Amino acid sequence: MHELGIVMNVISQVEKVAEENKVNAVKALTMEVGEVSSVVPDLFKDCFEWAKKRTKYMTDCELDLVVLEAISYCRDCKSNYKTTTYAKECPHCKSVNTYLITGNEINIHDIKVI
Amino acid sequence: MEVKTILLKKSVFEDNDLSAAKLRKELADKGVFLVNVMSSPGAGKTSTLVALINELSSSYRIGVMEADIDSDVDAVTVAKKTGCPSVQLHTDGMCHLDAEMTRQGLNELGDGFDLIFLENVGNLVCPAEYDTGASMDMTILSVPEGDDKPLKYPLIYSKCDLVLINKIDALHYFDFDLEKCEKNILYRNPSATIIPISARRGDGIGAVVQYFKKILDQGE
Repeated sequence: MHELGIVMNVISQVEKVAEENKVNAVKALTMEVGEVSSVVPDLFKDCFEWAKKRTKYMTDCELDLVVLEAISYCRDCKSNYKTTTYAKECPHCKSVNTYLITGNEINIHDIKVI
Repeated sequence: MEVKTILLKKSVFEDNDLSAAKLRKELADKGVFLVNVMSSPGAGKTSTLVALINELSSSYRIGVMEADIDSDVDAVTVAKKTGCPSVQLHTDGMCHLDAEMTRQGLNELGDGFDLIFLENVGNLVCPAEYDTGASMDMTILSVPEGDDKPLKYPLIYSKCDLVLINKIDALHYFDFDLEKCEKNILYRNPSATIIPISARRGDGIGAVVQYFKKILDQGE
């Protein structure tokens, strides 16, 4: 249940922003989750539905999860490739001298408040 | 009622990363070296720490923080077997420690240490995601877990400077290829130091002790 820990973390940050901005309620939350961030979107949504009922501002909050594609970069042939298909090995030149550019994010993008 | 959008655009880990960086700097200023010890449950974190501390405690002032979801068995074990000050932290159901919890543990432990071991919750996913503010991260992989662990849990193996392969006294009983395991670890992190050990029998503990002595004596 690693998603629950992240959900609790997100909720406490959003509740803090809600408090600081003196809003009545948070109606929607948009999150960006990378394909290789280790967050399973369905589990994250389940945890969120459970946890939001226990909050002050987010009991009616809709969650929108945007999944970001994972892309890696090869230092040897200087090209990009899809991480989930080829993992650490570059499909162009077979080098493993590669690193992830994007795809491990877990971001709070925005909230809609009233 | 009018709906307003508040743009946050921040990583979930941003606040924790900031407080971890702050803690790391404070520790460096005080001359305290904090080691975050991670592994799956049962890999031998506590017994490895006991073996290491017993070799290091004559030269350094050592403290231990044990993090678990519940109970104080680890803190009691370490205190009994090493005589070192130890505190037990409870994560209240959470599967990892964050920088703020680490700070609370350090406050409880008090001052006057050269080296502090933080035994994180046994888990290969969450502890790797949350920076504790430690000076270095190490992980222990044990023989019964299999030599392919580094392929299944990329993050933890890519962020640890030191990887111990424990329970090599049991190599005989398992289908575990030590060379393949080392290759898999280096695939995730080409600069990792790998030391095979047996915490129970004492193999390799001397090499780990030397590893820490080298770091600690440089700092002085």
